[in-house]
Amino acid sequence: MSASDLLITASPHLGGGDTTPRIMWSVVASLVPIVLAATWFFGLSVPLVLAAALAGAGAAEWAFGRPGSLADGSGVITGLLLGLTLPAGLPLWMAFIGGAFSIGIGKLIFGGLGQNVFNPALLGRAFLQASFPVAMTTWPTPVTAGDWWTLRGDNFAFPFMSARAVEVVTSATPLGSMKFEAQSTPVTDLLLGTTAGSLGETSALLILLCGGYLALRNYLNWRVPASILASVAVLATALHWVNPRYPDALFMLLSGGLMLGAMYMATDLVTSPVTNRGCWIFGAGVGVLVVTIRLWGGLAEGVMYAILIMNALVPYLNRWTQPRVFGVSPPAARP
Amino acid sequence: MSPETPPAALHCGAPAAAPTSPRRAVTPREDLARGFWRENPVLIQLLGLCPTLAVTNTVANSIVMALATFGVLVGSSLLVSTFKRWIPNEVRITSYILIIATFVTIAEMVLQALVPDIYKALGPFVALIVVNCIILGRQEAFAGRNPVGRSVLDAVGMGIGFTIALLIMGSVREVLGSGTFLGVSLFGPRYEPWVVMILPPGGFFTLAFVLLAIAWWTQRKAVRAKAAEPRALAAAERAA
Repeated sequence: MSASDLLITASPHLGGGDTTPRIMWSVVASLVPIVLAATWFFGLSVPLVLAAALAGAGAAEWAFGRPGSLADGSGVITGLLLGLTLPAGLPLWMAFIGGAFSIGIGKLIFGGLGQNVFNPALLGRAFLQASFPVAMTTWPTPVTAGDWWTLRGDNFAFPFMSARAVEVVTSATPLGSMKFEAQSTPVTDLLLGTTAGSLGETSALLILLCGGYLALRNYLNWRVPASILASVAVLATALHWVNPRYPDALFMLLSGGLMLGAMYMATDLVTSPVTNRGCWIFGAGVGVLVVTIRLWGGLAEGVMYAILIMNALVPYLNRWTQPRVFGVSPPAARP
Repeated sequence: MSPETPPAALHCGAPAAAPTSPRRAVTPREDLARGFWRENPVLIQLLGLCPTLAVTNTVANSIVMALATFGVLVGSSLLVSTFKRWIPNEVRITSYILIIATFVTIAEMVLQALVPDIYKALGPFVALIVVNCIILGRQEAFAGRNPVGRSVLDAVGMGIGFTIALLIMGSVREVLGSGTFLGVSLFGPRYEPWVVMILPPGGFFTLAFVLLAIAWWTQRKAVRAKAAEPRALAAAERAA
């Protein structure tokens, strides 16, 4: 850190209680209800997949990170968030590799916490999606009464071997059935999360609540999710109005990984803009890209790529949206 | 130049100066081996990355690409070094490109005749050997200013170095990305291929990891050499 990076202010100073580990562990705590809900919906496979993703992230952090960096909780968030974007039936070794990739390539290669350009969890997911496209898009339906203990896929496939076909009902995600079969899903199912999909992209209501708690504690900039959701809503409404073939705003907002992405991925403290104006632009960009990919792209879901693309623009957003220093006139206005 | 002047006095330039030159004479073996590892065109000089990233998704593609480049490189170095006296300095790059393009055309036709499938898989990258910076770089840096023998040795060494790099890339990518080596299945039918490794991102990942490993190894060697220095000095002092 050079001298110019130091924050120089006049006294008196008021110490804030927030430290990086405290914020990170608060985020982890806010994820607990989502994890529990996912476990409720998808059964025993959920803790297994999450544990494998966490183990991968932890192993990479332990092997390549600075000593003690495991304790700051950021690796745990990455592991959990990655796990929540995976389908329940994914073989555990894939989840482990995804976790290790997230931390190793997504974070540590850039220099560790605070240096990474892209959201590590999403990078891990993008890697898994590109590596194992079939396993990553096999979506088991939520558990029905009594089969909580049944695995939702061949979780225990031997490392580097493909999954055996398992007697589990799979189905398209709401977005998939909308895109490829033009079939909508009832809004109550989307709100509660009783649909097929990855672990954390099911109950929109719960994610909204947990994210709201973080926003209240000011651990995430509420402008990012607000801007993402607003731009998706506006764009979807306009398109639905022009051509009813396109899904309406409510479906777009509640389906897929949009809630989890908007609340937990896009708001990552490291990879989102530091200025408020930057946050609005960032969110709007994500929203537009999500709608574009969902409606006209080859994939059913586009939240992951939308956020990753906007992550790449964050340094520019930060530069463009620097607030004017108080008491200094803008260069153009100078005599 | 009258016949009575002693030739030795007049031509004292090159032949007489060579033994007393402060620079050690380069042995043919050094000319050859330089390209293998120490000045490996891809892994150390980071030249020719375009084919290295683009066509190394299988071992077979890598081998064919490396052989084609090897042939073009050796042939071009031979011709450029032979004709360097007659190539005007102002148009030397153009002349080099012409010579290289001749050999690339030959290589393209040979590949098309011998291995049509792989030729199709390599796509435009065979023709793009013309602008491969390893080849042009060796003409400009070596063949254009050194004798024929040394130039050919250098080209052979660099060609082998390129082959080594492409083989490393191709092996890693094919084994992970398809579970095969030269088309032979390694892990049985149930192996889950890492599709990303045979896609373009896989090329970047593999190259990054290979370069990372080399950097790590070089650094470790330097640290060890430094650690050994005081001990060597102390030993020398004791001996004195």
